[in-house]
Amino acid sequence: METLLQQILNGLVVGSVYALVALGYTMVYGILGLINFAHGEVLMIGALSALTTITSLMGVAPDLPPLLLLAAGLLVAIPTCMTVAFLMERLAYRRLRGAPRLAPLITAIGVSFLLQTLAMIFWGRNYHTFPQLISTTPLQPIDGVFISPVQISIILVSALLMFALVTLVNRTRLGRAMRATAENHRVASLMGVDVNRIIALTFVLGAALAAVAGVMFASNYGIAHYAMGFMPGLKAFTAAVLGGIGNLAGAMLGGIVLGLVEAVGAGYIEDFTFGFLNSSYQDIFAFVILGAVLIFRPTGLLGERVSDRA
Amino acid sequence: MNELAELVPYLGKHKPRAARALVILLALVAPLIAIMFGRTWVRVLDFALLYMMLALGLNLVVGYAGLLDLGYIAFYAVGAYTWAFLASPHFAEAFPALAAGIGAADGIHLPFWLVLPIGAALAAMAGIILGFPVLRLRGDYLAIVTLGFGEIVRIFMNNLNYPVNITNGPQGINLLDSMNLFGWDLARSIKLWGVKIDSLFFYYYFFLLCVVGSILFIQRLQISRIGRAWAAMRDDELAAKAIGINIRNMKLLAFALGATFGGVAGGLFGAFQGFVSPESFSLMESIAVLVMVVFGGMGNIAGAIVGALILTALPEILRHIALPIQQALFGQVLLDPEVLRMLLYSLAMILMMLLRPGGLIPAHARYSRPEYVAVGEARA
Repeated sequence: METLLQQILNGLVVGSVYALVALGYTMVYGILGLINFAHGEVLMIGALSALTTITSLMGVAPDLPPLLLLAAGLLVAIPTCMTVAFLMERLAYRRLRGAPRLAPLITAIGVSFLLQTLAMIFWGRNYHTFPQLISTTPLQPIDGVFISPVQISIILVSALLMFALVTLVNRTRLGRAMRATAENHRVASLMGVDVNRIIALTFVLGAALAAVAGVMFASNYGIAHYAMGFMPGLKAFTAAVLGGIGNLAGAMLGGIVLGLVEAVGAGYIEDFTFGFLNSSYQDIFAFVILGAVLIFRPTGLLGERVSDRA
Repeated sequence: MNELAELVPYLGKHKPRAARALVILLALVAPLIAIMFGRTWVRVLDFALLYMMLALGLNLVVGYAGLLDLGYIAFYAVGAYTWAFLASPHFAEAFPALAAGIGAADGIHLPFWLVLPIGAALAAMAGIILGFPVLRLRGDYLAIVTLGFGEIVRIFMNNLNYPVNITNGPQGINLLDSMNLFGWDLARSIKLWGVKIDSLFFYYYFFLLCVVGSILFIQRLQISRIGRAWAAMRDDELAAKAIGINIRNMKLLAFALGATFGGVAGGLFGAFQGFVSPESFSLMESIAVLVMVVFGGMGNIAGAIVGALILTALPEILRHIALPIQQALFGQVLLDPEVLRMLLYSLAMILMMLLRPGGLIPAHARYSRPEYVAVGEARA
């Protein structure tokens, strides 16, 4: 029982990171119908730029309080990621808006690998240790179940950010413009919405969330490197599809569900397959779920039917 | 072999026969030129031929049938691992008791002509296994699911050393048999009239034969009923269905045939390289083959060949040119060859899509509308 509770808790932590990243995928998909393959790389850039800021600050002023360091890291990471996302929309995707569907996707794959390569040039190939600014010493709220302060803050911060985003989209003028653009570009522009600006803003918003997710991801695992964004990116995409792509609530739900399935699955796969498969197969869950959802319920848990819209 | 003429930029249009002759001549003497710069370059050419086979196979799936496959390297892996399992000491090491029982105490060593078809068949089966569930998916979703398929295969390669050691995990399998054509071991250099002929040459000409065979096959296929059905399906699936094309069978056939090419190339790769490990079959390799197809021009034999040749050779040339330049300018190596290769591939992908979506050699609009040929189906 404790194991199950523990796995559920771990799943919630990872799932809320997936959910944050999935929001970026789902917003862009909702508006452009584009799978922004490079979104995971934005997460990586967020983590690494925060890392550089924090380590250099620690070098200059070693006795700054850890929370201030973290805030400084985020303060650099978020604008950096926003700039990257803005540039990639402006330079690559915007010019392909009317092109056949596969062209933007191939470009997105290219952008993803380009960002990875650039990160490899700037930060090298090595794994970097990410400083543990929030304590990772586990607390024990129930006997046998552990949760660390960093995990608690991950869940809290993601919940807060998701709430903020949903409010922004549902309650503000900007959010209304975003929803209108998602519905129909041309009509939205007739109603006075600057579609180009809204699309750029969508990318930038998603990138800000991904930056925070990157910092959380790196703090949770204590490492950062140039290829760290790929798997979470793919899994967040799976989460977005699972929840129903284009749907904000779906992305959050999908993220949490995927996190839970992965954690619980990894904990029990050995028992279920009689020791044939073990937890090194953890990554398979996401792909199997992705395939299964697209085949059996392409609408996802909450969304509309999109997968055969080619 | 009309498409071969397109490989030569100017001549191909005006004097196709001369261009074709030039291409054939170049293909025949290429290793002799390459050896003057060193053995490495012959090796590069050998790999370029392997990549050509892969690019031709992927081109069937992406270019002709319009199904974007991001896990193509998985079929290459199936072919290579089949060779590794059936032609190496691995079996005896992994299952000593069983091996001794069936009289294979030093591992299974099946002949080349037997293993290659087995590998091709297994790869084709893998293609159908992938094809069935994704029949209903189109466009970008298909791409992501095939990517997932490739990753699943890689995860299994990495972990199937326990509880039954099939793939030997991340270390991979060593000491694979070399290619043996009716008692002639391709891996052994021969001394003929006092001139030593390097084994790399034998591999080159054998691979060249395979590529030529593939080209002839695909050329016939392209104008056959199947090729035309693919073109129709790629341009408009609904219309193709309406005129009586069996979409399901055509898609499965595309996946299976594309996978067969991957499987054969994988078998050749295993025999040529002498060892296989999951590292050779990463996502980056799938993308690399895709870049070759996209860069050369989708739906086009000449495009796949040019793309594979340029994108295999260019990183090697850069390795030999860019490194000394960096040493001289900055006193140190800032961009190592692997980074340069990735940079080249990602830029090739982005810039090609932005500036010349049809690729270096855009496909003919023989059986389809030209604006669709470039990048598969258009937005509805």
